[in-house]
Amino acid sequence: MTRIDATFDRLRAEGKKAFVAYVMAGDPDEARSMEIFRALPGAGVDIIELGVPFTDPMADGPTIQLAGQRALAAGMTLRKTLAMAAEFRKTDNTTPIVLMGYYNPIFSIGVDTFLSEAKAAGIDGLIVVDLPPEEDDELCIPAQAAGLNFIRLATPTTDDKRLPKVLENTSGFVYYVSITGITGSAEAQAVDVAPEVTRIKAQTDLPIIVGFGIRTPDTARAIAAVADGCVVGSAIVSEIAQGRSTEEVAAYVKSLADGAHSA
Amino acid sequence: MDDLFNSFMNGPDDKGRFGQFGGRFVSETLMPLILDLEKEYEHAKTDQTFWDEMDDLWKHYVGRPSPLYHAERLTAHLGGAKIYLKRDELNHTGAHKINNVLGQIILARRMGKTRIIAETGAGQHGVATATVCAKFGLKCVIYMGAHDVQRQAPNVFRMRLLGAEVVPVTSGRGTLKDAMNDALRDWVTNVRDTFYCIGTVAGPHPYPAMVRDFQSIIGREVRWQLAEQEGEGRLPDTVIAAIGGGSNAMGLFYEFLDEKSVNIIGVEAGGKGVDDKMEHCASLTGGRPGVLHGNRTYLLQDDEGQILEGYSISAGLDYPGIGPEHSWLHDIGRAQYVSITDKEALEAFQLSCSTEGIIPALEPCHALAHVMKIAPTLPKDHIIVMNMCGRGDKDVQTVARYLGFDMSDTEGRSAD
Repeated sequence: MTRIDATFDRLRAEGKKAFVAYVMAGDPDEARSMEIFRALPGAGVDIIELGVPFTDPMADGPTIQLAGQRALAAGMTLRKTLAMAAEFRKTDNTTPIVLMGYYNPIFSIGVDTFLSEAKAAGIDGLIVVDLPPEEDDELCIPAQAAGLNFIRLATPTTDDKRLPKVLENTSGFVYYVSITGITGSAEAQAVDVAPEVTRIKAQTDLPIIVGFGIRTPDTARAIAAVADGCVVGSAIVSEIAQGRSTEEVAAYVKSLADGAHSA
Repeated sequence: MDDLFNSFMNGPDDKGRFGQFGGRFVSETLMPLILDLEKEYEHAKTDQTFWDEMDDLWKHYVGRPSPLYHAERLTAHLGGAKIYLKRDELNHTGAHKINNVLGQIILARRMGKTRIIAETGAGQHGVATATVCAKFGLKCVIYMGAHDVQRQAPNVFRMRLLGAEVVPVTSGRGTLKDAMNDALRDWVTNVRDTFYCIGTVAGPHPYPAMVRDFQSIIGREVRWQLAEQEGEGRLPDTVIAAIGGGSNAMGLFYEFLDEKSVNIIGVEAGGKGVDDKMEHCASLTGGRPGVLHGNRTYLLQDDEGQILEGYSISAGLDYPGIGPEHSWLHDIGRAQYVSITDKEALEAFQLSCSTEGIIPALEPCHALAHVMKIAPTLPKDHIIVMNMCGRGDKDVQTVARYLGFDMSDTEGRSAD
């Protein structure tokens, strides 16, 4: 059982929905990023998605792309991201950490080397945007064998015929993308999301977490209410971009977490 | 052909791979779309009505076949191999790009798509796409790096005249690869009505194979045209083409992959020189395998797997990757890949103008510069076919600047 599975067991026992927060490793620099990262569990975050900066984030909008550029300019790398996770684990051994990013930096290190270093750093799961089920041999299968969850995205274009393929090698949870589009775009609508979650639930027992287009406590509550939880990324990242202090960022994150937890 | 199992023409496999290269590295939102496209293309490929429509437009709208021209004065000047130029610069819109655009737009129409998006670097693919969209009355949006919008202003105006919306891309560093990122973002947002018309033999499967198939008309024409001029069965001894993404090169090479006697050479943009400073676009000679824009291929990247910007005098070669089939041909050694610097390409530009009366685009000047190196060392009965894949109107200002010629001076004096 991974920390992700344990977290969902706990939430189920408490009758609560999950709140997942995304931050970009190294944004705006390593020290500030580490401070914000450490503050997340206290702000009510159940699972942390730690973004790995990449020069060409095709599935992300301008907010996350600019965060990646700030992080790269400040010297962040995949290995330093793993080092941040290892540092975090010294004081927190329960909050799950999911790495989120693109395949090339991982491929560049080498899959086997990466997996053993990620495991050692206390990473629990991976979301790699540009690895669909058709490319499962690359990283998904080896990651599961190494004891890491491989969390897949399901989208509005994933029809019923395709869904089993998407779910087949997914573990930890399913990340449902609320809209067709990139991160940080149009607001997610619970009325659109609800039937989609029902559709996916018919084919899996995994928790369904919904992301893209959530930036207020009200939307967090509305979306979490029709799923097993929700993810907020761009909205938190843009607080950091605006130069807010760690306390201010944490207060904002807490308002979102409270929204999701009240669902 | 010897036998099917030893053919170099069977790729890609059912996973879209050429050896380890290619594949479908896209987000889940796009995956159903590219599977749909693959299905539609596989169907069209064996549908005679599709090819009849293509042949008709190739002939009457593009002006194919393009001539295969014996460059007599160039041959005499270099004093060795006999040089033929495949004149794809004489196509409508001035480059090979339209060969592929026609195929994709006809496919888009068959799929009921009403909005076409494309990325462009030098603007040639953008102009070709805008042209065919105008012809068929389709909405057209072109993504172009902000820097390229500036240095290729005449092409931007052409696209706008043709009714396309040109979006200057400022995300990332505002270059061709960023234009491709933004086109992918558009596609992921407008999945129902939009068709992404990729301009080169790269991207997720089936694009590399599909674009190659549409461009391979170039090599097929070369085979019968050369036979007509040199005698039945006479094959080129060397075929040579410039490579950015590599579509004009694949178009010429594909027909000859299984002809063992044909020497195949691809020429990458060496910019200021292929060294540690990375001021070039030579993905094969200066890069290593990685994953970007839906495929695994050779990429310019740093030690951490972050993508580097390429540099070349030619905006059409300014891309940090290369088509996956070229990566495979490189690794198995079926084709040879070399690089040519800006300076060498400019010398070739001038030689083409003065010996043949052909003002070439800077892209094929890279191929010509390599012809200048090898032709003198080869016997007179050695036939080289080089793809003159674009004309130079768009580059005249760039060349003038490099040569120190003041375009505003009507007396034609040198700027210094």
